Amino acid sequence: MLHINNLAGTRGERLLFKNLSFAVNGGELLLIKGRNGAGKTSLLRLICGLATPETGEILWDGESIAKIRSEFFRSLVFVGHDNGVNLDLTVQENLIFHQALKGNPSAHSIPEVLERLGISRYQKVPCRFLSAGQKRRVALGRLVISDARLWLLDEPFTSLDERALDAVKNLIIQHLDQGRLCLATSHQTIDWRDSKVNQIRLGEVS
Amino acid sequence: MTRAFGALLKRDLTLVVRTPGDYTTPVIFFVVCTTLFSFVAGKDIAVLKSIGPGVIWVSALLASMLSLEGLFRSDYEDGTLEQILTALAPLPLMVLAKAIAHWISTGVPLLLISPILGILMNLDSHSTAILVVTIAISTPTFSLIGIFGSALVISQKKAGMLLSLLTLPLCVPILIFSVSAVSAAADQLPIAGHLMLLGAFFVFTLTLSPFATAGALRIMLSN
Repeated sequence: MLHINNLAGTRGERLLFKNLSFAVNGGELLLIKGRNGAGKTSLLRLICGLATPETGEILWDGESIAKIRSEFFRSLVFVGHDNGVNLDLTVQENLIFHQALKGNPSAHSIPEVLERLGISRYQKVPCRFLSAGQKRRVALGRLVISDARLWLLDEPFTSLDERALDAVKNLIIQHLDQGRLCLATSHQTIDWRDSKVNQIRLGEVS
Repeated sequence: MTRAFGALLKRDLTLVVRTPGDYTTPVIFFVVCTTLFSFVAGKDIAVLKSIGPGVIWVSALLASMLSLEGLFRSDYEDGTLEQILTALAPLPLMVLAKAIAHWISTGVPLLLISPILGILMNLDSHSTAILVVTIAISTPTFSLIGIFGSALVISQKKAGMLLSLLTLPLCVPILIFSVSAVSAAADQLPIAGHLMLLGAFFVFTLTLSPFATAGALRIMLSN
């Protein structure tokens, strides 16, 4: 599945982590912990191929992600700090666009996804008029509209209320139940029920 | 793959319709800038006629520079660009979609308004026709050069000056051949050579710019 071997991450000239190795198998959630500035976001950006590692390799199904880039991009959804939601487009237009970008629509229709995230009322509303939490929900809607095996989530629960947090938690648990993978950074303590959850802590690995 | 291309093109054009202010500015600039020259030329129509093609062309070039800064701005700031970089479709193809959308939203309006400005500058109908042809070939080239420049300065907040400094020199050959084509047409001289060179510039940037821009974007977003 996903293997990380001896990865080193830098920001500018500063070394964030090195000799980082771990594996995530199907059905597993990996929580990336660490203080602010420990390199959690940098690690996620390395894994989703936005940045190239100084040393080390990232393997997806045994192949280096640099070699199978388009195949790998098809299998992943990345929800970063920035929502990737255009403010002048409506909720629906934003999601249709992101679905087309990934090119592998899932069985879930957009109205159904919006219903699950509790924003179906805003389907035709430009995102400019949504609150921060509602925009975050639109961004998280990207997870379910494409049929991706790997979810990379950077602080997914920021600005969500309790109900939305619960909805997203259920989406993640359901995703894991299908034997798929999820990597997330989060400061919240969440009850993941019976899901298999591993943790790594950055900033303390030597 | 083509679906992602179409989706990006459609989205960018929808945004043009939603935020018309960003895209009408270049056209207004083009008209105002050209018109101002006709005031300073005074009563001397011959002067107007001789500087006409140059004035229209320089104004068109500066007008198409105006909208470049915003090309990637909102996509970079709201994180959409990260999503485009991790899309299934090859990045150069996505860049091409953005360049086409940029040309439709800025190049085409300039193209449509240029015959009127040609008449304003007292060009004869043949020269005006050639002016329109040169603008039709060269504005896509500007978009392609411009998109590369704006990818390079993507992380700069106020990059307008730097962007002009990067892209204007690259546009100078196009300016030279376009203006000389219109002048040659006014003097009843053959212009096929000029137009072929302009076409060559277009093909050159079309084949090179999407890849260069994609490379620039990957580097700019990797940190």
